[in-house]
Amino acid sequence: MKAAMKKAYLWLIFIFLYAPILVLVLFSFNTSKSRASWEGFSLKWYIELFQDRAIMTALGNTVLIAVVSALAAAVVGTIAAIGIYNLKGWRKNFIINVTYLPILNPDIVTGISMMILFIALSFPRGLASLIIAHITFGLPYVVISVLPKLAQLDPQIFDAALDLGATPREAYTKVILPQVLPGVFTGFLLAFTMSVDDFVVSFFVTGNGVENLAISIYSMARRGINPKINAVLTLLFAAVVAMMYLIQRRLRKSTADI
Amino acid sequence: MTQENQGKTSQEMIRLVDIHKEFEGETVLNRINLSIAKNEFVTLLGPSGCGKTTTLRIIGGFEHPTSGDVMFDGQRINDIPAYQRKVNTVFQRYALFPHLNVYENIAFGLHIAKKDSKEIKAKVKASLDLVDMPGFEKRPIRSLSGGQQQRVAIARAVVNEPKVLLLDEPLAALDLKMRKEMQLELKNMQKQLGITFVFVTHDQEEALTMSDTVVVMKGGIIQQIGSPINIYNEPENVFVADFIGESIILEGRFLEDCLVEFAGRTFPCVDKGFIPGQPVDVVIRPEDVDISADPAAAMLQATVTSVVFKGVHYEMLAETDQGQEWMIHSTTMAPPGQIIGMSLKPDNIHLMKKEVQGT
Ligand SMILES: Nc1ncnc2c1ncn2[C@@H]1O[C@H](COP(=O)(O)OP(=O)(O)OP(=O)(O)O)[C@@H](O)[C@H]1O
Ligand SMILES: [Mg+2]
Repeated sequence: MKAAMKKAYLWLIFIFLYAPILVLVLFSFNTSKSRASWEGFSLKWYIELFQDRAIMTALGNTVLIAVVSALAAAVVGTIAAIGIYNLKGWRKNFIINVTYLPILNPDIVTGISMMILFIALSFPRGLASLIIAHITFGLPYVVISVLPKLAQLDPQIFDAALDLGATPREAYTKVILPQVLPGVFTGFLLAFTMSVDDFVVSFFVTGNGVENLAISIYSMARRGINPKINAVLTLLFAAVVAMMYLIQRRLRKSTADI
Repeated sequence: MTQENQGKTSQEMIRLVDIHKEFEGETVLNRINLSIAKNEFVTLLGPSGCGKTTTLRIIGGFEHPTSGDVMFDGQRINDIPAYQRKVNTVFQRYALFPHLNVYENIAFGLHIAKKDSKEIKAKVKASLDLVDMPGFEKRPIRSLSGGQQQRVAIARAVVNEPKVLLLDEPLAALDLKMRKEMQLELKNMQKQLGITFVFVTHDQEEALTMSDTVVVMKGGIIQQIGSPINIYNEPENVFVADFIGESIILEGRFLEDCLVEFAGRTFPCVDKGFIPGQPVDVVIRPEDVDISADPAAAMLQATVTSVVFKGVHYEMLAETDQGQEWMIHSTTMAPPGQIIGMSLKPDNIHLMKKEVQGT
């Protein structure tokens, strides 16, 4: 009886959380433009979607920004993590906390402060400013994924590499990096997902008519309800679910390794 | 010191000159002077925290001395980075690369040195044979036992044919039987390869069995350098006497050459040159105490308080009428409560200047 109650409770939560998305997915396949009634299955909104130049451009921007910023965040974040790992005492804790802060910082604060920064530097707002902003908020995710991997390392293996004739650079690339690579990749996936996911920060730092998918959907939605939006969002949702699944699997695998 | 190693070339391999090392203002090594000959097996021995690892790391180039010089084959190498030194290390917890298999671990140094792949293959195979692990090339590191990892760590170091091999407590993690086996194997390997070994341990027995020369350290200061026999039989101070094997340490007074007073009577001894009347420490090895069932004829009388069987000998504690406790190692046993006689041969009584209280 009790178990049944628990199960019902769980299902209730699931329905509560996922009903809106389910409706969205369902209506993305609806023949009619109506949002109220189901009139048959069709892929027509998806077809229209792929013929919509504006949306396709925005999708291209989103992918470009996500790939470039996540790659850059992975490189810079890994170097930063190694730097932090080599620090000692209060400095280390201080830098770690400073690095993690942006994760908790509300997007609106990050977005507006970055916008102000770009204006103050008279940095042209557009694709470049978007990428820089996305690198900034992706970075901490790489650092938090790589640092634990470094902490797991035997502190003597760096010396062991030097002992065998490797220069410090070779020791990092041939010994340290291969062992933290899973962490780097997890960080990359997280940063990539966060980038695809972002609306608020992008909204404030973009300019010159450069739109990513999130911004483009937002402006579409303001102009009026179009079932194409359902289709885009369904695809976006599917992409994020896939990414999250990948990340989860990696995390589970890496904890199983220990 | 090194001249004592009969049959060795006394050509110098490493010399530490007045090495001083501080960590955050704290002195860890104090005026270390040490000369290591080619092909010598030198052991740094001392209690935890005495600076053994730090000394080794200074030779390896992982740590820089605050002052003093490190000489290698006649050249000052203070400014040569670790990766350019012709020295290899077997680290305390092996420090194998877990993302590489056995072959790749051992080949690492050769790859870095850009040797050709045929040569690498042959050398890796030879070194695996040397450590008695043929055919283990493909095995991942995680699948190896502690003893096997130990062997791979040794193979990974010696395959580079270093002039000097540094070993930091390489056997500490092994069980007793395995440790004894590896002690012999390492010793044979050193002879076979003709490499200078600098070995670190805090196990005095290990140091005595394996080494040509033992360096006893305490609190960052070298206490004594000598052959195992020399260190055991002629400890230079009470610390060395106490650290190497078991010792009875008593307070005494030097009377004149070859005569000393302790335990309430005078004893003939072989030491000379102290000031008459000077207080001294008297060091006696427990196995050097001769016991007899005829107390009246002996030099001292004591009552046995405890007996423990140690395998080859009995370890007994006996209390003299002055209340001093003596430890005795003997193959004959006297039961607790029995009064025994104790005698000492003059050359088994070792006199030492009283320790000036310091580190
Ligand atoms: N990087 C460091 N920073 C500060 N102090 C250090 C550092 N390395 C060693 N020490 C200190 O130097 C002293 C000597 O250390 P070392 O590791 O050489 O001792 P050891 O003889 O090898 O001891 P053990 O037998 O426990 O390994 C210790 O007091 C240790 O705390
Ligand atoms: Mg040590």
